Amino acid sequence: MLVLTRKLNEAIQISDDIEIKVLAIEGDQIKLGIAAPKSIEIYRKEIYVDIQNQNSEAANVSADLLKLLNEKS
Amino acid sequence: MKIQTKYLGEVDIEDSTIVNFPSGIPGFVEETEFVLLDIPGNPVFQFMQSVHTSQLAFVITNPYHFYKDYQIELDDVTLELLDIKQENEVLVLTIVTLKDPFLTSTINLKAPIIINQKKMIGKQYILNSDEYPSKASIQSTAEKGV
Repeated sequence: MLVLTRKLNEAIQISDDIEIKVLAIEGDQIKLGIAAPKSIEIYRKEIYVDIQNQNSEAANVSADLLKLLNEKS
Repeated sequence: MKIQTKYLGEVDIEDSTIVNFPSGIPGFVEETEFVLLDIPGNPVFQFMQSVHTSQLAFVITNPYHFYKDYQIELDDVTLELLDIKQENEVLVLTIVTLKDPFLTSTINLKAPIIINQKKMIGKQYILNSDEYPSKASIQSTAEKGV
């Protein structure tokens, strides 16, 4: 992982069209501003990981469990 | 065209029923084509089967069946990506995580599957608010009597 040190109001440019700027530092929280093309999807990491994990779990259903569906309908 | 499915064996599908997911879904970004298959004798749930990976299928359902007041707002990027012009083009589904016993199963209201059913383009849309959980009980609050 590339590690860069930035101060308040300094930014990082990624490629031609993505800018990440440090907007505020308040205690242990850092506010970042991200400017990127609309097609770039940006998520809080823990939320994206949660959805990844949820999808993996949902995909790993055994045929046995599937019987539950039919008992329910 | 005939495809191999995870739960239903070989199934003959029409090309026109294939939903294109341009960026896959989180965790499965390579999977860009799914088809919705009915579960014999079960009107509430369906399979969302990968066209290319026979062993990849999700159980999905209509979230409104369990949460009547479920409400989401799609952002402009998604409306554009899915080429949505009218509300009646939009199909909203949710992935079910089946558990035993059944009533401990959850549905993912935080990241519904949005499909433009006219254009057959889809996306798993991650909500930016914390209003709905990714593991919502399959028993809606109304049914639990809360």
